[in-house]
Amino acid sequence: MSWDVMQQYLPLYQEAMLLTLYIGWIGVLLSVALGLVTALVVHYKIPIISKIAKVYIEIFRNTPLLIQLFFIYFGLPKIGISISAEMCGVVGLGLLGGSYMAETFRSGLEAVDKIQLESAMSLGMTHFQALRHIVLPQAVSLSMPAFVANVIFLLKETSVFSAISLMDLMFTAKDLIGLYYKTSECLVLLVVFYLIILLPVSVLGSVLERRLRYASFGH
Amino acid sequence: MSEELLKIEHIKKEYGDNVILKDFSLTVHRGEVVVIIGPSGCGKSTLLRCINGLEPIQAGKITLQNKLIDGKSKDIAQIRQSIGMVFQNYELFPHKTVLQNIILAPVKVQKRNKKDVIKEAEQLLQKVGLLDKKDFYPRQLSGGQKQRVAIVRALCMHPEIMLFDEVTAALDPEMVREVLDTIIELAKSGSTMVIVTHEMSFAKAVSDRVLFLDGGEIVEEGLPEVFFENPKTDRAKKFLNTFEYDAVKHHNI
Repeated sequence: MSWDVMQQYLPLYQEAMLLTLYIGWIGVLLSVALGLVTALVVHYKIPIISKIAKVYIEIFRNTPLLIQLFFIYFGLPKIGISISAEMCGVVGLGLLGGSYMAETFRSGLEAVDKIQLESAMSLGMTHFQALRHIVLPQAVSLSMPAFVANVIFLLKETSVFSAISLMDLMFTAKDLIGLYYKTSECLVLLVVFYLIILLPVSVLGSVLERRLRYASFGH
Repeated sequence: MSEELLKIEHIKKEYGDNVILKDFSLTVHRGEVVVIIGPSGCGKSTLLRCINGLEPIQAGKITLQNKLIDGKSKDIAQIRQSIGMVFQNYELFPHKTVLQNIILAPVKVQKRNKKDVIKEAEQLLQKVGLLDKKDFYPRQLSGGQKQRVAIVRALCMHPEIMLFDEVTAALDPEMVREVLDTIIELAKSGSTMVIVTHEMSFAKAVSDRVLFLDGGEIVEEGLPEVFFENPKTDRAKKFLNTFEYDAVKHHNI
């Protein structure tokens, strides 16, 4: 193990980390939005759309991200849609994450007692107001632990982006190993950088969980 | 007699083959306190839920100030603002503080001035002796405190009528008193109320009229003094007897 080599690689890793973070977080945001909408559609059993949502969830939950990325990256151009590798990464991560987030939020929505909704409506709230002020905040709070796990999982999944030639952390590590055979140094750096990205998420997640825990106490 | 506030006309409520309320009618006048008692499963709670439009009815109609109550209609949210409901298990919003629980609907639904609502909420909390708890979360309160907050929350909407659904059933005996005293104060101030309860002496003290429900229909109805002292029907007698105990003492050994 050579510290010099590691120091030399550092800037490359930093750049790769920024790309990983950039695509990772946009993907996560997309998956949150998509998951929330999908969860609501399924929870409220909106005709036809909820069936489509369920099919979407099952397809994307049960196939690897790598395959999904291949379809988006190599498949879409075949039908005349070509998007950049970054875009592919964001879309792929968003779609995969959306299916996970959907189930997470749905479990939260289902865990909120129906009488809370009735209590809100008995105060004259419309269904939408009750959802916004009463049901959704509790549902989100209840799904917090699973939500944080999903975010960590999604950020880790970015490691397959190298397959569609995105210069993320994994790509950089593999590239450097291929060029200079400094395997140990490259892998250690890889681990360190993933930890730099994910540990704060984990810590932030626990803080968030603790702060939002009131909802899980119920009455 | 004063204005007819709530009119329930020949309603029928059933779940499948299970008839909960059959041909039930009741008129509540402004300022009147009606207490409904009866064995479990007689349809008391369902009746309150129907009045609030939380349960659909299969026949008949319910009107509040001549406005039809129909859970599916667009106006139902508007009408519900005039109906205060207090649930057996409080149903405070766990993610909001006491004050937030109270002011949420007046501010968001009735679009009233937030400062005014807070002022009123604090006055009401003061009245029920909970002003110092206004920034607490529901989980930090005792059952009796939670239920008093729930009552204040309903009151702050300025309802025309209050519905109480076995509000002390989930409480420890010592806490029952503080909640019932709050309701008695309300009755004194002229609120219109429909109360479902198992607390017989409270029912007797608070009510202008007592309804004894069994099997989804009114078995007996009357003034509290008459009903509790001299029930006419056998079923009511039998029911009231279940609250009496014969002394069994063996101290004279």
